[in-house]
Amino acid sequence: MPGILAVAEQRNGKLRTVSGEVVSAARSLADALQTEVEAALLGPPAIREAAPELGRFGAARVHVGVHDAFEQYSPDGFGGTLADLIRAGDYHTVLFPASALGKDLAPRVAARLDVPLAADATALDIESGELIITRPILAGRVFARLTLEAAPRLVSVRPNVFLPVERPATANVVPLAIAGSPEQWRVVVRETAAAAAGQVDVAEATIIVSGGRGMKGPENWHLLEALRDAIGTGAALGASRAVVDQGWRPHAEQVGQTGKTVSPKLYFAVAISGAMQHLAGMRSAGTIVAINKDPDAPIFKVADYGLVGDVAEVLPRLTAEIRKARGI
Amino acid sequence: MKIVVCIKRVPDTESRIKLGADGVSIDRAGIKSVISPYDEFALELALRLKESQGSGEVIAMTLGDKDSNEQLRSALAMGADRAIRLDGTADLDGLATAHAIASELRGVAPDLVLTGMKATDDDQQQVGTMLAELLGVASISVVASFEVENGRVRAHREVEGGVEHVDAPLPALLTITKTEFEPRLPRLQAIMAAKKKPLEEKPAARPQGRVKVLAMSPPPERPAGRVVGNGPDAVPELVRLLREEAKVL
Repeated sequence: MPGILAVAEQRNGKLRTVSGEVVSAARSLADALQTEVEAALLGPPAIREAAPELGRFGAARVHVGVHDAFEQYSPDGFGGTLADLIRAGDYHTVLFPASALGKDLAPRVAARLDVPLAADATALDIESGELIITRPILAGRVFARLTLEAAPRLVSVRPNVFLPVERPATANVVPLAIAGSPEQWRVVVRETAAAAAGQVDVAEATIIVSGGRGMKGPENWHLLEALRDAIGTGAALGASRAVVDQGWRPHAEQVGQTGKTVSPKLYFAVAISGAMQHLAGMRSAGTIVAINKDPDAPIFKVADYGLVGDVAEVLPRLTAEIRKARGI
Repeated sequence: MKIVVCIKRVPDTESRIKLGADGVSIDRAGIKSVISPYDEFALELALRLKESQGSGEVIAMTLGDKDSNEQLRSALAMGADRAIRLDGTADLDGLATAHAIASELRGVAPDLVLTGMKATDDDQQQVGTMLAELLGVASISVVASFEVENGRVRAHREVEGGVEHVDAPLPALLTITKTEFEPRLPRLQAIMAAKKKPLEEKPAARPQGRVKVLAMSPPPERPAGRVVGNGPDAVPELVRLLREEAKVL
């Protein structure tokens, strides 16, 4: 039986959380198909030490491709190397993270292998031996169940949706040959500016603090930033379309149909009324908290917990209570 | 410079979505359609690039049925010089769509291809990048702004709270996110003039799709929530519920 390949992701020599999710998702498919999981990890030489950890999520073998130039993502270097690995192997399915990097990488590999790609899956099931993929379309207003009539099946999986499952095991590490060399790679990442340490993309954050028009202006965003900081690692700021259209916040933070579709474990909708296109983008969150002074705002219909009140009064209290609960 | 902008006709983001009777499609009847918003940003950047260089050609291209001519005419009204419609259907197999566009673009041989970073209906974020790979040209995705100089493109991507500067040789393909330039609203005169601009229609050389849709359904309903209380005094109870009941803090 062909195996499952999980493409892991690292940053600065450390595995990213999404790597555990992708390998665990691969493991559950492999269990249903009674086959093995392999992982692929590309990065700078420092990742060699981190690679065996992927065994904890169920990978029997990890193909590790290192290059000094892989301190930065290289579309050509990563794409060519993975395409070579997949061509040489025999895989039933290849899973990518639908992270910022994975959304660039997976279509490149798909085109090089000439097989279709199902992007941003939120559920994977094996039924009668076939892989059934569930993925949202129209920013989550419709869910499609589909199959891929090709081999291998290429799928990217949405961050935060597939839970990492750990077991006591380590993986065998095998070196992976890098395709080409930096002189042949056309696209070059020159520099990454101003990405503050520890910042997570809103599409990958486990907790999102989102603000809407009811925040009244960008000068009030310090209230949301304080809440984000009180929550700690993995939390990111989000924004409604109205806020981005007003120029209060960058588009990178926008949640909704013309922004990002997100599935964090906890979503705070602060002073967001809940337009249809916004609800579509966040309704698959684990738990939704709505804070709004209008008790009739549509956001309360999808919220698990609602609090009616003025954000200027509620947010400082919420930040203080969370800090107190966390002992900081 | 010859610039091609690939656009797609999609349902307006504010429209009500109905599923088709077959259970595997969206019913587009009576739904207002628009150029996918990111494609519109891409078109605006293409027009600005042509204007800044003082010469060149902007070609709007789509794969779709006859209804998509409406979006091509909008692109012509915004300022595209000519349009090409590949007659066919873009289903969820983005690679098959990329193949169809690639086979046309090999003849057009553009210096630069721009398209939205994703279509707001299928949300796959793949056709542009696949198209570049099939054409064998460099590509950069999710670009917020760029400059062209000495046969190279320098693009700026939004990543995780920062900006990444990426460099590639021409010909190249860029997928465009929201930019600082709002797409222009064409004047009546431009809309009239667009009717006379060339719009070429030809069959799409699109291979058979290999993504089979089994079912489409509305999103799962969320269980009814509750209002914890009013004002700051309800905050301690909210935090208690998030910690002890939902266990998410």
